[in-house]
This record gives sequence, C-alpha cells and structure tokens, in this order.
Amino acid sequence: MNPLPLQINNLFKRYGDITAIDHVSLEVTPGICFGLLGPNGAGKSTLIRSISGRVRLDAGWVTVFGQPAGSAAARAELGWVPQEIALYPLLTCRENLEAFGRYQGLRGQALHKAIRTSLDWAVLADRAQAPVKTLSGGMKRRLNLAAGIIHRPRLVLLDEPTVGVDPQSRNRIFEMVEDLRNEGTTVIYTTHYMEEAERLCNLIAILDHGRIIAQGTKEELVVHSFGRHSDVLMRFAAPPSNVAAWATAHGGDLKDSVAHFAIERPAAIATLLDAAARDGLDVIDVMLRRPNLESVFLQLTGRELRQ
Amino acid sequence: MIPAIVRNGFRTLHRDRGALILSFILPIAFFSIFGMVFGGVRNAGTPRVRVLVVDEDRSQTSARLLQGLEREPSLVAVTRPEAKHGEPVPADYTALTAEKAVKQGVAPAALIIPRGFGANPVSFAPGSTRASIRILHDSSDPVAAQVLAGMLQKVVMMSMPDAMANLGMQYFEQSSGGITPEQRKNIESQLSLFRQQIERRNHANNPPAQSGAAGGLVAVDIRDVVGEKKRSPMISFYAAGVGVMFLLFTASAAGGSLLDEADNGTLDRILSSHVSMTTLLGGKLAYSTLLACLQLTLMFLWGAAVFHLDLFNHLPGFFVMTVATSFAVASFGMLLASLARTRAQLSAISTLIILTMSAVGGSMFPRFLMPEMMQKAGLFTFNAWAIDGFTKVFWRDEPITQLAPQVAVLIGSGIVLFLIARRVARKWEYN
Repeated sequence: MNPLPLQINNLFKRYGDITAIDHVSLEVTPGICFGLLGPNGAGKSTLIRSISGRVRLDAGWVTVFGQPAGSAAARAELGWVPQEIALYPLLTCRENLEAFGRYQGLRGQALHKAIRTSLDWAVLADRAQAPVKTLSGGMKRRLNLAAGIIHRPRLVLLDEPTVGVDPQSRNRIFEMVEDLRNEGTTVIYTTHYMEEAERLCNLIAILDHGRIIAQGTKEELVVHSFGRHSDVLMRFAAPPSNVAAWATAHGGDLKDSVAHFAIERPAAIATLLDAAARDGLDVIDVMLRRPNLESVFLQLTGRELRQ
Repeated sequence: MIPAIVRNGFRTLHRDRGALILSFILPIAFFSIFGMVFGGVRNAGTPRVRVLVVDEDRSQTSARLLQGLEREPSLVAVTRPEAKHGEPVPADYTALTAEKAVKQGVAPAALIIPRGFGANPVSFAPGSTRASIRILHDSSDPVAAQVLAGMLQKVVMMSMPDAMANLGMQYFEQSSGGITPEQRKNIESQLSLFRQQIERRNHANNPPAQSGAAGGLVAVDIRDVVGEKKRSPMISFYAAGVGVMFLLFTASAAGGSLLDEADNGTLDRILSSHVSMTTLLGGKLAYSTLLACLQLTLMFLWGAAVFHLDLFNHLPGFFVMTVATSFAVASFGMLLASLARTRAQLSAISTLIILTMSAVGGSMFPRFLMPEMMQKAGLFTFNAWAIDGFTKVFWRDEPITQLAPQVAVLIGSGIVLFLIARRVARKWEYN
C-alpha cells in the first residue's frame, strides 16, 4: 500500500504558555486539494511549518509520503509556497526560478525545461528578464507559486496564495491550483477567503485554538453545522413591534427589523407568505439563503474579533 | 504641536534599541577607546622603544653607555635574544644578527657602538673624526629612530660627564696655550672623583634626573635596514589597515543577507528544499570570502597603480594573506548576522564592534605608536594579525613560511566563529 501524501498523528506543540497545536491528527489522500481554514492565531502556520519539518514537535509525528517531515526524502516530495513573496527582488523572474530550481537539485536540461514550463504556467514568459521588483502584485504572486513547485513536488503547501492580488490574477492562480490538482498533485491550501476554499478544496478542515473543530466536504460541514435547513429572511411594511410577535408565533425571530425563519424545504416559503397575508402584514422583500462555508466558519469559530 | 512631535521622536528612539545604541553608547565607547589608544588612560604606560644594542667597542666607556641605555626609562635595551626555556643562553647580538632581527621585526631599531668609540666618544663640534654610533632602523616605525637618537644624546650626557669634561679641558688647553703639570694633576684627580660618583650612582640604580638633551654630542649614523628601497613606505600598511576595516563592514553586510532571507521568506523556502542550514551558511561564507578577496585585490591593485606598491613581486604572500584575512572576516560577518535579530540591530552591533576592532587593531592608527597595553589588546583583533601579516609580506619581504602565526590565527579563529554562527543559526532552522 502506497503511503499517504500527508499523515499527522496526535501533533502537539506549545510556545511557552500558548498551545499552538493541540493533539491534531489528520490524513490527506492523494490528488485532492485539502483546505485548512481558521481565524488568525488558530495554529495554521504552525501546522504548515510542522509539515515542512520546521518545528520541533512536543509530541506526535508528521510524515510526507511515509517519510518523517523535514527529512531529505520528505523535502524532495514537498513544495512550499509561503504567504510572503519569497523571491529575490533584484533578480529577474528567470534567475529566481533558476535559483530555486538549483536549490531543489535541478540541473542542466531538466532545470532549463522546468524554468520554461514554470514561466509559461505563471503566464510570465514575456517578463522572464524583468527584475521581480518591477512586477505587479499579481505577477509576483504567480511567480511565487511557480517557484515553489518548479521541481514538480507531489505535495504542495499553499499558504494564502491570493493575498492582495487583482481578480484576474486570482483567477489565474485558481486555474494554476486546479492544474496541479488535475495532474494528481496533493495540495494543502490555507486561506481566509471562503469562496476560494469552496471552489478549490475537495476537503476542508477548520482549525481553532490549535484543534481541528470540523472536517469534511463543504456540504458535510454545512449539514453538520446547520442540518438541512435554509434561512428565509422577510421584511414587512408594518412597524417591527407589530412583526416581532408574529415572527415568534411562526417559529422565527426578528433581528434588525428582518424576520428570520429556518425551513427544511423551499415550499415552506409559500406557507409563511400565506400566513402573513392572512394576518394583514404586507411583505416587502423575501430572501432564501442556504448556509455556506462562511456561515459554518462563523458558526464554529464565533464572531468575536481575533488577533 | 511641536512638543507632541518631540515626544513622538523620543518615544520612537526609546523603542529602537539600535538607534539608541548608535546615539549614546557608541560615541561614549569611541571616546573611551580613542582615549586609550592615544595614551590618555592612566597607567597605560608610555610606549617604550625596544632597541637591540651591539657593543663592538667593549671599552669602559661603551660599557657605561650601554648601562645608561639600559637604565633609560623610555628605552628597552636588549643585548641578546631571549633565552628559550631549557636552552642555553644565546650569544650577544652582532651587527649582522641585530640587522637581521630588525628586518624580522624583533625590534624597530638596533644601535651599534663601533670599535674605537671609547677612545673619542664625544665632540662639541661637527666634522670630527670620531667613530659614529650606527642606528639600524625599520622605517615602518618612523618614530623609533628619532626617539632613540634623542635618547642617546641624553644618555651620553648623563652617563659620561667625565668624557665631556675631559674634552672640554682639551679645548681649553688648545685655546689657552697649555696648563701646568700641577693643574693637570688636580684636574685628573677631580675627573677620577667624578667617575667614582657616576659608578656609585649606577650601583645605587637610581634613575637619572630628567634633563633636556643637547644634540650632537655623539656622532650618530641612522640607516634604514627595512624598507630602504620602498618608494611608498607606509602604503602597504594603510592598504591592509583600511582594507581590513572595510572588509569587516562588507562581510557584516553580506552576512546580513541572512536576515533579509529570513524577513522575506526565502529562508523558509530554501530550508524546505535540498539545502540545509549548514550548506546555506557555507554558501554565504564562500560568497563573503570571495567578495572580500576581490575587495582586497582591488585595493592593492589600486595601491600598485597609484602609490607604487610593489604588489607583483609579492603575489604568493599577498594571496595567502588575502585568503586568510577574507575567510576570517567573512566568518566574523556570519557570526554578527546570526547574532542579530534585525538589520537595524546588525548595523548597530557591527558598527560598534568593527570600529572598536579597527581602532585597537591598528587600522586607524599604527599599533606601534600605542601604549603597550593597547598594543597587546590589539592582538585580540583580526586587524592586527592581518596588518602584521601584510607587513611581513610587503615590508619585511619575509617568505610565506613566516606567515604561519598570522595565517593560523586568522584561519583558526575564522573556523571557530563560523561554528559558533552555525550554532546560533539554529534559531532560524526551527521556530
């Protein structure tokens, strides 16, 4: 049986009085994009660094394709795209790719071919000779991604790869990640943008206070947090004081002059509209809202501000 | 509004340790160091000129002159090499061995008392036929010969007053038409008494009273035995001194690229690749060493082109010293960079340490002109060892084998500093 791209077992790490990772276990199967979500300070960065072997663990272990994280064999299988633009600003795009390619052990024709492919992949072939400091934010992000996978690793860590880029570059980065996934590369993807995780990730884990508090597909997470309910939001012409009692009587509540109801089937909307007409309430607006990943995230991690 | 701006400035300064050190501690540190370098510190001791004395005359007069030189507080008069432990006492210096020793840098000058000196030691007028005392001098120390020549006149006055009195009587006889035998007998008696007083004073080992030295009592012939054919005597010293100081700054800046890599994330990326921290540091060390070699080479080429430094006849020694010095300063730069947490911190630390090392180590001011204590303190710096090595190559024309102590210290300390830097760099490996 082939070893899994990533196995984390009972990982525990403290920094002084702060527990960064609290007994996390995780298995990631080949060829998927695994989303890692969590508020600031949840432990995502420590977890990513543990996978790359850059953290002295207090307990537990991490393997990459069966090899201990940080070992030469594990590093050869791993590509890391840090959140920062980890490039040499005074070197050109080509020189940056050459440097990181050489650091990954590429030489000769293999290196030149990898540079060409990476430049094409990042849509930067026409800027190959441009110093990185002259590139736009989106170009730098694409090159940052290309430099991290120039050696074609089988496991790629992407740490918020779309921070601060325009929609066009973000879309190209999505396509680049989808390319990787389609080629069979396993991707660990951290982000604060829920729509990115919804679009790209086959599986998602939500991390908070160093623990994985939920894990599954997007649909599984929604069902687990909200059941199969959808939200119905209704606004009325009548004053809120007249509406509040009516909303409570029909299983909802009034928040900011809007009546909220949880329904299992869309047909229940018609029942609510009939009841409102019967009781003489004029409905101005009705909206059906299915809970999404953001709803799940806020439901599980709370709405209070983090670090 | 203005008070708010002032308060903001002080708050920012208070929280920026690097700027704080540069603003207050660095000036005080330098004030203290330069005070010590230029002899201001109490009990640091006036620099004493070491002189090798050869007595070819072996007369009573020359013995008294030698005794006077040995008692002179501003001189260290040495007549034979130091005996090594367990070996027989070496023979006294001869004119030949003393000249060789000066060339090797054992002392900046040698003083040869020639045969026949005792018969006619002093003169009140130039152009007489008396035997000249020879001073063999290393011109890399331009002060030593002048100090020695001046002190020699003083010593003669203090240790041979009878000779001067005798000479005075001869002049008197010539100009007055002679003296009677009875007068001569009385004078001889007085001179004998004079000699006895001198002997008694010498045995009592009292230091001679300070007095202004009159020049020209004894004839002195000063000859440069090192550097006499050099067209630009001090240029190799300055090339090495200034070169090493700027090498240290460059190495520190080059080492600082580690901090840049840590800041912009490339360090994380590199360490997650095939490159280990040891390899990375080794690569940075190699780069810094090569950069330093290029800098020194450029500086000496400039010295050769503009200041007539004889580079091309000293290439092997130059190569050895350049590589050893460059390696040592590169390792030092790596250590500084690994100790610092930010660029600002590195800048403050390196400025403080490098300028201190350069002042004490002789990059700014020749060590032989410093008080003895500071000369010894200079041996704890790269600057001193590098300058000594380059001086051996360009000044003393010594073979490469003579560079062994300097090369051993520079390479050895470079290795030690690199190992420490590697140990400290673990903070970047795991976090």
